[in-house]
Amino acid sequence: MTEQVDHRVATPGRSNLDPAVLAGAESFARTWATAVIGSSYVPMTRAEVAEHLQALTEVLVHALHASPFRTAPGYEIGARLVDAHFTGTDTLGRTVQLLGDDLLGELGIAPDELMRSRLAALQGALSAGYARALRERTLAEQEAIRAAVLDARDQAEAALRASEARFRAMFTEAAIGIGIADIEGRILDVNQALQDMLGFSVEEMRQYNIRDLMHPEDGSSVWRLYDQLTAGECDHYRAEKRFRRADGEQVWTHLTLSLVRDDHGDPQYQVAMIEDVTDRHLLQNRLRYQALHDPLTGLPNRALFLERLGRVFNSRARRRAGLCYLDLDGFKVINDSLGHDIGDRLLVEVGRRLDHSVSGEGKLVARMGGDEFVILVEGSRDTRDIVDVADRVLRELESPIRIGGHELTVSASIGIVERELAGTTAADLMRDADITLYWAKADGKSRWALYDPERNAREVARFTLSATMPAALERDEFYVDYQPLVRLEDSTVVGVEALVRWQHPEFGRLAPDRFIELAEETGLIVPLGRWVLRRACGQARRWLEEFGEAAPFVSVNLAVRQSRDPELVRDVKRILDECALPPHHLQLELTESAIMGTADEPLEALRALSDMGVRIAIDDFGTGYSNLAYLKHLPVHELKIAGSFMEGLRAADEEDAVDAQIVSTLVQLAHALRLGVTAEGVETPAQAKRLHRIGCDTGQGWFFAKPMKPEDIDELLRR
Amino acid sequence: MDSVERPTWAPGDIDLGRPSIARVYDYWLGGAHNFAVDRAVGDRVLADVPVLKSVILNHRAFLRRAVRHLLSQGIRQFLDLGSGIPTVGNVHEIAQAVDPTAKVVYVDIDPVAVAHSRAILTGNELVGVLQTDVRDARGVIKSPEVRNLLDFDRPIGVLMVALLHFVPDSDDPHGIVAAYRDALPSGSHLAVSHAGYEDGEWDPAWDDAKSVYNRGVSEITYRRKQEVQALFTGFELVEPGVERLPLWRPESPDDLDEHSARFLGFGAMGRKP
Repeated sequence: MTEQVDHRVATPGRSNLDPAVLAGAESFARTWATAVIGSSYVPMTRAEVAEHLQALTEVLVHALHASPFRTAPGYEIGARLVDAHFTGTDTLGRTVQLLGDDLLGELGIAPDELMRSRLAALQGALSAGYARALRERTLAEQEAIRAAVLDARDQAEAALRASEARFRAMFTEAAIGIGIADIEGRILDVNQALQDMLGFSVEEMRQYNIRDLMHPEDGSSVWRLYDQLTAGECDHYRAEKRFRRADGEQVWTHLTLSLVRDDHGDPQYQVAMIEDVTDRHLLQNRLRYQALHDPLTGLPNRALFLERLGRVFNSRARRRAGLCYLDLDGFKVINDSLGHDIGDRLLVEVGRRLDHSVSGEGKLVARMGGDEFVILVEGSRDTRDIVDVADRVLRELESPIRIGGHELTVSASIGIVERELAGTTAADLMRDADITLYWAKADGKSRWALYDPERNAREVARFTLSATMPAALERDEFYVDYQPLVRLEDSTVVGVEALVRWQHPEFGRLAPDRFIELAEETGLIVPLGRWVLRRACGQARRWLEEFGEAAPFVSVNLAVRQSRDPELVRDVKRILDECALPPHHLQLELTESAIMGTADEPLEALRALSDMGVRIAIDDFGTGYSNLAYLKHLPVHELKIAGSFMEGLRAADEEDAVDAQIVSTLVQLAHALRLGVTAEGVETPAQAKRLHRIGCDTGQGWFFAKPMKPEDIDELLRR
Repeated sequence: MDSVERPTWAPGDIDLGRPSIARVYDYWLGGAHNFAVDRAVGDRVLADVPVLKSVILNHRAFLRRAVRHLLSQGIRQFLDLGSGIPTVGNVHEIAQAVDPTAKVVYVDIDPVAVAHSRAILTGNELVGVLQTDVRDARGVIKSPEVRNLLDFDRPIGVLMVALLHFVPDSDDPHGIVAAYRDALPSGSHLAVSHAGYEDGEWDPAWDDAKSVYNRGVSEITYRRKQEVQALFTGFELVEPGVERLPLWRPESPDDLDEHSARFLGFGAMGRKP
């Protein structure tokens, strides 16, 4: 550094000195070094210090003896001490004292008046030189450190100015809105972006307090967090917030508010960073609207409806709720015949009418898709409320809809569910409404149906049965019982009616009325009927083998669907052949409607069967509307009079004259046509006696025997 | 040392109302690069612990001995961390007296000390000055001042004289030393002088001085010999290992006295293998 010191002082005239004096000088220098080392930091080793001081000592020796005597060397020595950084305050004192005490003695100089005087003069000069050099050094160092302070300050300020300029630029140029307010909320500064965003100038903004920017739609958390922030309880928070612009428009923003604290940690300023997210917000709203509304009708869509329904269940703010599940009747026909455009416009109009007729708090009309609509009523008092809605809707749809020159009349079917929310779910409600809509359709359309849990339970059971029936047939869960047909004249068993049963693993033994209708619906009746026929024929064959001519014929019921099965004749023939059963041992029972209401083909089949030798009986005769004139042309051998007519013949004293007359007439009619007559449902001896008297040929009923297993029939026959 | 919680771009405080450790040291070393507030603190501490003066001189003398030893080992590049006010006997003076091409980088956080250093070093192309927090080893190593002057393919002498006792354990002095160590080429050396004592040596009378020092100058963390030794993880200690400061390679038996063996600080040098 510039203060580098040349401490290797020249030793002028060293060789001139007497060796004894030189040794004395060396000795003094060592003592001197010991005295001053440690008084201040000198960048030399102890040896270097001693060497340095010895050189100064030699200068002193020369000065003492010099002629003429001068004090300048003493002055120079003082300065050199300071140059070597002997700047400690003790250095000078110890040096002056040591010079006075030891120097002359060490050098072997007699302390006479002259020498004492010269030494004193040199001591004084040394002190003055030292003081002056130290003063200069001190002033220089003070000057240097002050200059350094100024330099450092300049640099710091330049850096501060640069950083301030950077921050000012950042504040001014930022694309994000920035505002600064004091802790009371007085706005101090806002940048250009924020002025542009809100449409106020900085001067206008400075008139405002933050609280003036409150918006009625602000979430409560925005201002709760604001209070916490200004209280110093939190340092920043983010929120979505709306502002009103100067022009009255709204700006949606994403706001970040930060607290700036002073050096003591106390809240000082608040800084708001505000990002305009209006476009994003509107887009989100539009996307959300689109996601939740049907583009055709503008009504809420399935998603929004389900969301709302879910909320009804989650909030439980209401105790009850109801649904109308609505489907246009015959919409497909309109769509297919008039085109989708007309169909779409029809849906728009229907949607409009629904929306119009159903309005108000807690009601929602949604399009579920296709021509299905749903109406949600929250907080209904009872079912009547929803029925009112459904009635209103049906009325609203009554007036024809005019579209593109077409005058369209539409009707709708509505399934209604209304109940307490407790104990049910949104999914239950939807499913039940859907089922109920199906009922409304099945019950004849253009009407509403109300959900009925018992009907539902029945349907569920029916469904279960019909679904398990095919497997049951394969697993041999069906079996056949036989009920004797008894000749009234001599009480002989002439035939047996085959009655199918289902030994259901879950529901137990099921009578035909539980499953035959289902089997008709599903079509399973054909294979089931064929199975019964084969089973009955097989049994008849065994009886024939055992009892010969005394063996009974079997009478097997033929369902409507079976009678129309083109394979019927072939099936019967094959089964008879397989069982080697003579055809007259088989009687087929058909209902009146199956025979009367038929077209030609089934009749052909019956005729073929009859020609084959199979007996044909009309079951439940008298309950339908038989064309009696037609009867005579039919290939029929037997009439079975329905059991309902037997009521009036139950007991002698309770005889119903009308019933008796009907039965009597029927018997006469049958006999006139040369048909046999069987009375069903015979339960008492009186009935049996009366029927015999009337002329009835055969009886069937509990009075004679209940349906029984084939082995039990064997027993009867053996008697 | 000032707190350095501020970001790196922010200028350091220049508050002449508060003493600066660099200027107090200058005062103790006999310099006049200081202000009344520095001298007041320096005097108060010295009044309580007169021995401190010799402690300070000993740290400065250790610097001289350490640099001279490094020079004797052929090292010609020096990184003086916490260099303070350049009073007398600075590293470049010692080094360039032996080899005028020796290079030195001074690092200190005190902006005034750094400004002063820059002023008196103007024109000396072989010496650099960097104002930063020496605890940020990566920042120091990556700085243009260091990168432009020092050759990291050749050994470097790193000096931490009277520095690490101002780094409390919470600032992870081991981590700081390790960061410098990892950046240094093989053959580099680290010289450390550190305030410290062994169990049983503390004089309770010094507690007041310590608190004056802590409040007025800087928090000081005394460490035991073993703790100082632990700072040299990854270095091979140069003879005589961690030793009382006056006893570390003394220049003359006369420099030692009966107090040397209980001196309130240690010196050590390590070589990165």
